[in-house]
Amino acid sequence: MEELLLKEKIRQLINKRGSCDFGDVMVVGGGISGIQAALDLGTAGFKVYLVDKAPTIGGHMAQLDKTFPTNDCSMCIESPKFTECARHPNIEIMTYTELDSLEGVAGDFTVTLVKKPRYIDAAKCTGCTVCAEYCPVVYPDQFNQDISKNKAIHIYFAQATPLKPYIDESCFYLKDKTCTACLGVCKTGAIDFKQKPEKVEVKVGAIVLAPGFEPFDPKLNGDYGYGKFENVVTSMDYERLLCATGPYEGEILRASDKKHPHKIAWIHCVGSRQVIPGGNSYCSAVCCTYTQKQVILTKDHDAEAECTIFHNDIRSYGKDFERFYQRAENLPGIRFIRSYVTIGREIPESKNVTIRYSTVDDGVKEEEFDMVVLSVGLNPPKSMSELASKLGIELNAHGFCKTNPFNPMETTRPGVFISGAFQGPVDIPESVVTASGAGSQCGEILNYRRGNLSTARVYPPERDVSQEEPKVGVYVCHCGANIGRIVNVPEAVEYAKTLPNVVHSDENLFICSTEAAAMLAKDIQEKGLNRVVVAACTPRTHEPLFRDTLREAGINQYYYDMANIREHCSWVHSKEKEAATKKAKEIIRMAVARACNLEPLQEFDLSVNKAALVLGGGVAGMTSALSIANQGHEVYLVEKDTELGGMARRIHYTLEGADVQAYLRELIRKVYQHQLIHVYTGATITEASGFVGNFVTVVKSKRGIAEIKHGAAVIATGAELYQPTEYLYGEDERVMTHLELEEQIATGNEKVVNAESVVMIQCVGCRNENRNYCSRICCSESIKNALKLKEKNPGMEVYILFRDIRTYGFKEDYYREAASKDVRFIRYEPDDQPLVEAGESDEGKPVLKVTVTDPILGKKLEIDADAVALAAAVIPSADRNNIAGLFKVSLGPDEFFQEAHVKLRPVDFGAEGVYLCGTAHYPKLISETISQAYGAAGRVLTLLANDTVVASGSVCGVDENKCVSCGACITVCEYGAIEFYNSPQGRKARVNPVLCKGDGLCNTKCPTEAITLRHYNNEELFSQIDAAFAEL
Amino acid sequence: MAGVSRQQYATCTKLIRVMCSGRVDLKHVLRAFSNGADGVFIGGCHFNECHYITDGNFGALGMVLLFKKIMEHIGVNPERLRLENLSAGEGIRFAEIMNDFNKKVMELGPLGEGEGIEENALKSRLEAVTNLVPYIRLVERERLRIPLKSEEVYHEFFTSDEFNRVFNETIAEKLAISQIISILREGPQTTGEIAKVLGLTPSEISRHLNSSSRQRFVRYDEGLKRYALA
Repeated sequence: MEELLLKEKIRQLINKRGSCDFGDVMVVGGGISGIQAALDLGTAGFKVYLVDKAPTIGGHMAQLDKTFPTNDCSMCIESPKFTECARHPNIEIMTYTELDSLEGVAGDFTVTLVKKPRYIDAAKCTGCTVCAEYCPVVYPDQFNQDISKNKAIHIYFAQATPLKPYIDESCFYLKDKTCTACLGVCKTGAIDFKQKPEKVEVKVGAIVLAPGFEPFDPKLNGDYGYGKFENVVTSMDYERLLCATGPYEGEILRASDKKHPHKIAWIHCVGSRQVIPGGNSYCSAVCCTYTQKQVILTKDHDAEAECTIFHNDIRSYGKDFERFYQRAENLPGIRFIRSYVTIGREIPESKNVTIRYSTVDDGVKEEEFDMVVLSVGLNPPKSMSELASKLGIELNAHGFCKTNPFNPMETTRPGVFISGAFQGPVDIPESVVTASGAGSQCGEILNYRRGNLSTARVYPPERDVSQEEPKVGVYVCHCGANIGRIVNVPEAVEYAKTLPNVVHSDENLFICSTEAAAMLAKDIQEKGLNRVVVAACTPRTHEPLFRDTLREAGINQYYYDMANIREHCSWVHSKEKEAATKKAKEIIRMAVARACNLEPLQEFDLSVNKAALVLGGGVAGMTSALSIANQGHEVYLVEKDTELGGMARRIHYTLEGADVQAYLRELIRKVYQHQLIHVYTGATITEASGFVGNFVTVVKSKRGIAEIKHGAAVIATGAELYQPTEYLYGEDERVMTHLELEEQIATGNEKVVNAESVVMIQCVGCRNENRNYCSRICCSESIKNALKLKEKNPGMEVYILFRDIRTYGFKEDYYREAASKDVRFIRYEPDDQPLVEAGESDEGKPVLKVTVTDPILGKKLEIDADAVALAAAVIPSADRNNIAGLFKVSLGPDEFFQEAHVKLRPVDFGAEGVYLCGTAHYPKLISETISQAYGAAGRVLTLLANDTVVASGSVCGVDENKCVSCGACITVCEYGAIEFYNSPQGRKARVNPVLCKGDGLCNTKCPTEAITLRHYNNEELFSQIDAAFAEL
Repeated sequence: MAGVSRQQYATCTKLIRVMCSGRVDLKHVLRAFSNGADGVFIGGCHFNECHYITDGNFGALGMVLLFKKIMEHIGVNPERLRLENLSAGEGIRFAEIMNDFNKKVMELGPLGEGEGIEENALKSRLEAVTNLVPYIRLVERERLRIPLKSEEVYHEFFTSDEFNRVFNETIAEKLAISQIISILREGPQTTGEIAKVLGLTPSEISRHLNSSSRQRFVRYDEGLKRYALA
């Protein structure tokens, strides 16, 4: 009843205000983090406004060439998300729009926005860009870091969403009304110089701030010759130089002479780890690895390139970063030099730049380079302090957002959450995780109104055309001038009409425009078309749109095929118009042949069980469980130990000084008190079956055996601590792990607290051959303990023997604090490890003698220690293989659980409906674990908030008459989608369409061709092959 | 990315979309060559970067290496078939490969003509292989499947003596016999005549004819001095 009243109230509100300014959540910032937050929230049933101040969504990720450590093409993985946002019925994108003010409270905010004038009527603009061709103003292209030029009117980049141009301040008309070239050439009259900034008010219940970061600008300080020497560039400039869509189309060229640089230097920590005016004291967390990426890509461009990296500590603390570092280091012609540097001079003739550096062996040197790349750090977003005061949120000392130490997404204003680099320098996965996490927390406070504003599409019933002859409609698109300038479109249309089964063919300037789609739908109905071929661009971006059009016209969406005459023709044969026209006809002919063979396929809805199973009752599992339960879902929390808490029970405080035990007690209390959370301790999983939305898991515990039905599962099984065999551990009680030291400090063990000298040894049990990864947390853990010891006993001598200190992000401040309090940091090499022996001090006191080589003095140091703490590795949990097998998920090379995509699906598994968080994924700190736990909860809600999930129609099916039950298909299906069953005709293979992902590998293995991948079956493919060779 | 970055390449290429290179079947390649394609290119993801979890690109590699052997066996230049692993981001490389492959195929000349095989002989050889596809699949599964997903191991295996032995014992044997039978279906022939069509030596043909006679597939017609179907 209450809910009904509320719905009615909201409806009244909408009616009163019109639907355009009332939503659930506003996401401010349309970079990858904002995009992810919007997509998750939209899919979880909330109406979302996605606001970006730029003319398109995309943020900095769109500017990157590749992403580490997989070197995926950045734009290729991000741009499908643009389309997804643009097509999402619950997301409204507002670009070129800035936030003006925020009033109200959580659940009832009023946001005032200012829409900047694009001077383009978006409804009329088709995105043909003829205007840009005629625009006389040549202006530095911001997207290409001002390296190349663009026009005053232009589309921000080729994949911009919305794909509409804008006019910037360099326009002659805007300056002094001297030019109206664009007005004349725009066929649709879309240019509108009368536009003014427009204030808009939007009411929402929660806010996600994802304003990102600003690359450090070395010009401001005048350091490193940037802005002065032409061949000194920033790493962001270099990303564009590397990129195929960059200023020189993927050629790395020097600004001075447009020649390929051969000898390139990178300088680390530019604007980071610098306690100087204009610098940042923190570590920017991403630069070490992106530099390695740039080095690897440079070698891809030019195998002979000589790359030199001047670095401080190498901070390869993330998943697979260590291997990535080794990959870069092992390339020929690569030098990693540990040295501070200064820029020397520019050689007048060659415009080469010299760098002065010093090494232990060679002393001070000056060397010449063709190009110098500054690995710049991450600054807070521009004019953030002003925005923060408008928003009523506090910032931290570095100008990033001040957040709750146990919740990195929570700001000081309730209902306002943040995601991405606004919390401090983070990489893409962390930005995505916190986006999902912030989404989940919005869901917690707005659960009562979930679904009230969301819209679902309604389609007419499908016409059965299976008995009809194929009647194909062919639409050839000009794509503005993209196709039409090269391919003779009218000729292609005439040719299409001559093809068998084609009953209608037409051309269009932009077949993807809303009007054209409406025309297409009308043709289907009026001309009785039952197959449609659109000859235009790539199905990767546009197939969903046209399939949707078919559905709206009452035709099965799989009766559609796309002839890509842009990417596969006009763009790649732009100098051969005739040959391109011929090829376009051939591509159309192939598509028509295929279309005639297409079958109608049904995407089917699977019901979703609304409960979730969370595996692991540590901080990750509990946080995730609570966030899911707070959104109205039953949660089964399964812990193998007899108590909840996991590894956090051994952690007493964080590096920042927050009380972990108090937090943990409160968390456990909340879990036990939550009506929707069912806790199973001392429990094991004996069986797990099912698939997305419909899992069945058998849990054995003191409470007996329970069969749990659930729609989603979260794996939060944590990690373990390596038990060292090195440095007398287990033999001498004065040698302990870093966690044991923490315990001793917390309980106030006199021997430790009153010790004269404590030595900590880093990297014990990892960064070696057996475990080729960095445990990420140990540097912070040891510095935390060192600071605590110094606090309790300032006279104590504390030594940290390290390889690289990896206090990434704001943790760097604590490293500096430790150094300033005389904690002695001594670097050792992996082939010259410290030695620990029992012995006596000069005074005859029994001590541990620690011997280590001092790299600066170059000689052995002997330290008398009362205690030695080993930074023991974090290792994958013992039951990982069992869990991986049960839930059909995979482990990575270091045997931590492997996420679906390192960058963009960091808490999803390849197996749908199963999610990941905490140290089961990789070692991480408590705050990072909490982010991931909320992130996983957010992803779970995108599934559980819906009653059904849609499975693709393009899956395999078995012709039982042909199946000889040889099992060849079963052996190659890693998804386990095929199994035998006993049919009346005997044992036959059967495909579970839910598990089948449609790769079709099984098809090539079946000796009788009994199994076929629908939509890519042999008839369809053969018809394309045959048509490829027919005569014109 | 080749399109987006406007990388120019040869116009004679025509692309067919499949969701995974592992979906590309022997039959598809045969269909293309039977239609007169002078070259067939298969593009897959980089190894160990499968977008599914099935590593279908290794399936494609196995298929291609086996098919190259078959091509060699029937006298078709194996360089007419090329597999490359490349990601969606490697537009420049894609264009380079297309141009390079086009150049190679141009050098090789039209299919059959380049090899000096008569049109009919080529047709019958490709037909014989097509008919044998179900058998090849069985052999692949039983004898040629490599459990280890490593590019080196694949290349090593498909050039090994072990592979050659299995190939000769199974696929080559069946292929010869089925070709002989289809030739004899058109009328009795001498060993030399058969050898010419198959592109094998007369002694290899007699060996096959002897074993086929034993299995009573063929007989020697004393009167015609030619082999005929039994």
